Amino acid sequence: MGLTVDRLPNGVTKMGVDGQLIVANRNELKEKVLESLEAGDLKFVFDFAATGYIDSSGLGVLVSVSKKIREAGGALRLAGLNEDLAMLFELTKLDTLFKICDTTKAALKGL
Amino acid sequence: MTVAVPSELEFVEHTVDLVARHCLACGLSIKAVRFNLRVALGEALANAIVYGNRLDPGKQVHIAICLVGQAVQVHVRDQGEGFDPDCIPDPRSGDCIERPVGRGLFLIKELVDELAFNDRGNSLCMTLHRA
Repeated sequence: MGLTVDRLPNGVTKMGVDGQLIVANRNELKEKVLESLEAGDLKFVFDFAATGYIDSSGLGVLVSVSKKIREAGGALRLAGLNEDLAMLFELTKLDTLFKICDTTKAALKGL
Repeated sequence: MTVAVPSELEFVEHTVDLVARHCLACGLSIKAVRFNLRVALGEALANAIVYGNRLDPGKQVHIAICLVGQAVQVHVRDQGEGFDPDCIPDPRSGDCIERPVGRGLFLIKELVDELAFNDRGNSLCMTLHRA
């Protein structure tokens, strides 16, 4: 997995996941989010446009970091899910827990 | 086809790739292989390594793929104590939805056509029908 972190001028931290978010690499994302929260970042967009697959451990990490962000008073939006990833969120009903947008542009609106 | 996988998570991705190619050759549809099989096998293998074999390097996970009539069966067996699959709560219900764990078995059940366990609970058989 390649993880990119961009701090946008509007104060949003955009994290892009390239490849797969799975049991073997899920902690990379968690550590980056915790570092950003410690640095005072509160608004996050996770961009999955380049993500092929997320396993249940990856979904678990997303649940875990979304809770941390919420507890810190921040907000998280997910964007760019492909058809398979959207199906995973739907099957697990995590689409009811996350704010999911079609594109990063849409996710950034109003955040 | 049979495969013995060491109890290390770094082998999950490559093993799933290997089995997926084999299942494609067996006649499963591209969609079923790309999504249903890959997700279900990845979850089954990770569960077997982490919860079954408890990452013990001295233990292996055994995978067997069989053609049975119009279906492909994928067996995944670990060397652990086994578990009772009926004791795993629905991850969509109540407080479970906010738990970081507990979605793997649910996804397997949702994505394969049939799922069976042995009595001990250390071996599962996932059946996917061919198109």
